[in-house]
Amino acid sequence: MRSGKDPLPGLLPSLSVFAALVVSAGSAWASGIDPQDFSQLERGRYLAVVGDCAACHTLPGSGRDFAGGRAIETPFGNLLAPNITPDPITGIGAWTDDEFVNALIKGTGRHGTRLYPAMPYTYYTKITRDDALAIRAYLNTVPAVYNPVKSNQLPLPFNIRLTMAVWDALFFSPGGFIPASGKSPEWNRGAYLTEGLGHCGLCHTPKNFLGGDDKGRRLQGYSLQGWFAPDITDDLRRGLGAWSVDDIAAYLKSGHNKMSAATGPMSETLNLSTSRMSDTDLRAIAVYLKDQKGRGKEVVERVDPASAPMKAGAQIYADECAGCHGANGNGIAGLFPTLNGSPVVQQTDPTTLAHVVLRGARSVSTAQAPTGAAMPEFAWVLSNNQIADVLTYIRNAWGNSAPPVSADEIRKKRQTLVERDD
Amino acid sequence: MLRINRRTLLGSSAVTLLALHSHIAGAAIVKGGLPWKPGSADPPTSVTPNGWHYFTAQEAAAVEAFVDRLIPPDPETPGGKDCGCAVFIDRQLVGPYGRNEAYYMMGPFQQGTKQQGPQSALTIAQQYRKGLGALDGACRGKYNGKGFADLSDGEKDEVIKGLEDGSLKLDGFDGQSFFTLIVTDTRNGFLADPIYGGNKDMAAWKMIGFPGTHYDYRDWIDRHNQRVTLPTIGIASHPNWSR
Amino acid sequence: MPRKLPRKDAVIIGLGWTGSILAHELCDAGLDVVAIERGPWRDTATDFLISYAQDELRYRLQHELFLRPAQITVTFRNNAQQTALPVRNWGAFMLGNGVGGAGVHWNAETFRFLPSDFVCRSHLVERYGEKILPEDMTIQDWGVTYDDLEPHYDAFEYLCGTSGTAGNLNGKILDGGNPFEGPRSRPYPTPAQKQGYGHTLFAEAAKQLGYKPYPQPSGNLSQAYTNPLGVSLGQCTYCGFCEWFGCANYSKASPQTTILPVLMRNSSFEVRTECEVSRINLDRSGTRATGVTYVNASGEEFEQPADLVLLCGFQLFNVQLLLLSGVGTPYDPQTGKGQIGRNFTHQTMSTAVGFFDKEKYNFNPFVASGAIGMCIDEFNGDNFDHSQVGFIGGGYIGQVRTNGRPLESMSLPPGTPGWGVKWKQALRDNYLSSIICGGACHASFYSYRDVYLDLDPTYKDRFGRPLMRMTIDFHDNELKMSAFLTDKYAEILQQMGAKQVVKQPRKGPYDVTDYQTSHLCGGAIMGDNPGNSALNRYLQSWDVPNLFVQGATAFPQNAGYNPTGTVGALAFWSANAIRSQYLKNPGPLVHA
Repeated sequence: MRSGKDPLPGLLPSLSVFAALVVSAGSAWASGIDPQDFSQLERGRYLAVVGDCAACHTLPGSGRDFAGGRAIETPFGNLLAPNITPDPITGIGAWTDDEFVNALIKGTGRHGTRLYPAMPYTYYTKITRDDALAIRAYLNTVPAVYNPVKSNQLPLPFNIRLTMAVWDALFFSPGGFIPASGKSPEWNRGAYLTEGLGHCGLCHTPKNFLGGDDKGRRLQGYSLQGWFAPDITDDLRRGLGAWSVDDIAAYLKSGHNKMSAATGPMSETLNLSTSRMSDTDLRAIAVYLKDQKGRGKEVVERVDPASAPMKAGAQIYADECAGCHGANGNGIAGLFPTLNGSPVVQQTDPTTLAHVVLRGARSVSTAQAPTGAAMPEFAWVLSNNQIADVLTYIRNAWGNSAPPVSADEIRKKRQTLVERDD
Repeated sequence: MLRINRRTLLGSSAVTLLALHSHIAGAAIVKGGLPWKPGSADPPTSVTPNGWHYFTAQEAAAVEAFVDRLIPPDPETPGGKDCGCAVFIDRQLVGPYGRNEAYYMMGPFQQGTKQQGPQSALTIAQQYRKGLGALDGACRGKYNGKGFADLSDGEKDEVIKGLEDGSLKLDGFDGQSFFTLIVTDTRNGFLADPIYGGNKDMAAWKMIGFPGTHYDYRDWIDRHNQRVTLPTIGIASHPNWSR
Repeated sequence: MPRKLPRKDAVIIGLGWTGSILAHELCDAGLDVVAIERGPWRDTATDFLISYAQDELRYRLQHELFLRPAQITVTFRNNAQQTALPVRNWGAFMLGNGVGGAGVHWNAETFRFLPSDFVCRSHLVERYGEKILPEDMTIQDWGVTYDDLEPHYDAFEYLCGTSGTAGNLNGKILDGGNPFEGPRSRPYPTPAQKQGYGHTLFAEAAKQLGYKPYPQPSGNLSQAYTNPLGVSLGQCTYCGFCEWFGCANYSKASPQTTILPVLMRNSSFEVRTECEVSRINLDRSGTRATGVTYVNASGEEFEQPADLVLLCGFQLFNVQLLLLSGVGTPYDPQTGKGQIGRNFTHQTMSTAVGFFDKEKYNFNPFVASGAIGMCIDEFNGDNFDHSQVGFIGGGYIGQVRTNGRPLESMSLPPGTPGWGVKWKQALRDNYLSSIICGGACHASFYSYRDVYLDLDPTYKDRFGRPLMRMTIDFHDNELKMSAFLTDKYAEILQQMGAKQVVKQPRKGPYDVTDYQTSHLCGGAIMGDNPGNSALNRYLQSWDVPNLFVQGATAFPQNAGYNPTGTVGALAFWSANAIRSQYLKNPGPLVHA
């Protein structure tokens, strides 16, 4: 039995417990795991939550879990998530266990066809075979839905799956998780979750022009879908350096902590995945993230408060923002994010800031923090110049420092956002 | 077939319906969470003084002259005309206010007591047209064929007083009702947000000492008997934002 | 033919304060609940934006957040000798519309009634003898006591995060609070709001005159707060755009800021907006509600069957629906028979304007909240000896000025012309140094035989249904009381240092164009037996036991306070009875 507590079945892979039972019915359960054992199913269900399978494979509002059909945006076009219910014809019911496991670990589908990395096999590859089989066992219990989905909606040449061979060669390192010696079990659990099923880097790690992870800048933030997934390394100004382990765990559990609130695509991750994870696992992720080094010392000059953008920005802030965020940028804990010292505010890339000011945004509502307060939109009253000025102001007031924002950047973002409906 | 992208939903996927029209119950149903629909704000539209949208040129001249006597100019604060009160009224009359859109306009129409409130079958826009026409007629009758705009200031004030106290009768229209209507709308134009065409440059607010649309006075609630030194601002009037 | 929909456990008519409280309680009890709301969905960041909420013309003068009389209105006459005419544009009261109801646009003044208010008639008779009651006054006891409601007042205040200073904590009178209030079991959830100059000066003057001023209990919060449901509110910023407006920064208690975030997460709850309930359907015996019929925005009719019907609309429309649906017997003022429509009341409001030396006084009236202010209760209810004053009833007196919005701040010294140079100068010279407080004397409105509601014989709504007709006028009792209270307020203004005080006591006849709060009450009152009321003490209809009627509709007469605190307490009290008694054993909860 591995060290560390196991308060819920399914938290840590435990081979020995289930070794006794062997189930036939055409599956190769060489490791002896009973796919109908409740604790196995529960573990699989939990791991599917960690991996957030539903976010892609369940079409919201359809009432048909895992039946696919949801469009996934990639920089190269859209894909439709396939049906992973046990339906034998349109789902994965007829797949062998090895085929299922290989989808997660090797990035291959039925008959070995290559998957696109919108299916984050580059991360799921870290999963143990047992965990993969537990997920399979769980998926076998969801209602089978007949729903044929043509996944590949990409334009030429991206729709040629063979091109993935090249991409995989460049950017994919298959292989299971290797615990780091000298780190605590909690850290290693956090690493297993973050780098594996959690696939945080899919959004939070910058990509190169071919869409592969920029491994030298892991978890330092990435712009996608009209938002900027922030730096979640321990960088003091732009990452989680000023947050405690408790702060991070609270954020992942409820979507809110004393300083910040989740919004945008992170709301979905909160609702479907992290808010349903155990406190132990969330702490483990927090511990791991707090140990991820960021970009290191970087001198960012604070914009002179006497400069024209700062003075104008201060006035705009006083008139439109202070009513919620406070004259001192402190916000209200759990309700209005703190701007003073905020990493979101000080990201090099201001996409998220531009988005919430132009469009408004609702913060996530969870069972622990149901309020779901929302920012109103300001696109109608603030010009590109004015948005640039007020963002420059909040990025450089109260001890913050971050590069100023230009009116042209805002102009571009305004145009992009018109085409989006979130 | 609903096309929902990964990018579409910000809330939980437990939000099964977002204020969509269901054909079953025929309503805008909300369930499963607080909906979020970006772009659903409904800000006011700025009035731009580009001609008259309701008044004829003659009516406009009369109204401008009228509002300038109701609120005369002085060295510190412009009068009703330069503050845009006539423009304000003009734009209001082509909008829902002028059309009595909010009013219950089903008949039968009958006059009641003063306490029962206005019972006219005419819309406010129609009342202006009739009232201004009757006013014009009354002025020409009394002042040798001159319309209201062509009278001297003293004569205009005479006319207005006559409407106010009922001594000046208008043909086919109640002078006192017309007076009340135009005084109310003039004051509204004078003191409402400049976005509606009046209160130009927030002159009226500056005159009285109302700082406008500030939302956060937490720094001022304890400062008793002190003049608030914040810049005067309106919904779309923020001279303090310019570089 | 209305299309019949799948059955629900409960249908709630109107999703305002009481609808939201009841919906949450019933969902919590495991019921499948649908709310039918006449108006639109409303939410802070999409409807009350900090960039344009502060628009006096749009929201105060042109009533954008309110029901349009074009959609439905009422008719009005002072007495039965007149023909009632439609209220074509709102004046004396403002009727909300949309999710959140009046909770969106209220001032958040959150009072409790006095213990004696609930036993109004028996208390007055015991103290002064039956002769003190005017012959045509029809006040009566509520059937429920302050002590019954105390835990539910507490529940509503803690839901809202009400900011105040306790005056009576479990019987102990505390300095700084209202010494006359009924005992409360615990302090307010947040401390009282800060006060402006005018409010503070009023309190000092009141103290000098021997009164005990206390801060008005406010649902505009003095500090951030998380309520027992886990919903968080922010801190009020004294913007001065409260009543008539939506709050842009989550600091005014409303269904949106206290309940809806949790209610909407319930998979067993849904609200259908832009749908108007046209009738409550009864079975053939007329003693059981089978559900409601409603009409959507396209004019299509639907029938929503349900086991339990909660009528949670505004008072006027609650009574109208009861009459149109054939619940109970319509009131006949000639015979005095029938419960539906009688004991209709409003609020007796008056004020005095104080003009001060502009070189010495600057009140910054625009720095205010909806429930800011300092009040005295010495002349409320039966807190003082009425034997020699010639009237019964009373109200609080306070400097409760909520705003400095220019178009509502144009009271000028008498003799000022209505236009011209002198008008303009007077406006300039008095804006910052006058105290114009419409709600200063906020007094009771007792019930009378000839003040009632029924269906209009002539005017119809857009569905062809008869409009509600109000027959209402002031009686001598209320007018005498108003003059008395106004004098007291004027004295305090003098004591504050006003150079001129202009008294504006309430005068008859009742004028439907003059705003007097929207505290319309009664019409289907609560009581201890079906001979004197429409509802029992739990707000359950005597006639139709699976119908509960919420709101100020139940008040047998109105007291000298804003009613919403009591409306909220009754909602919790009623919900508690439904959960603990009715659901276990559906049927009449009181056998009279």
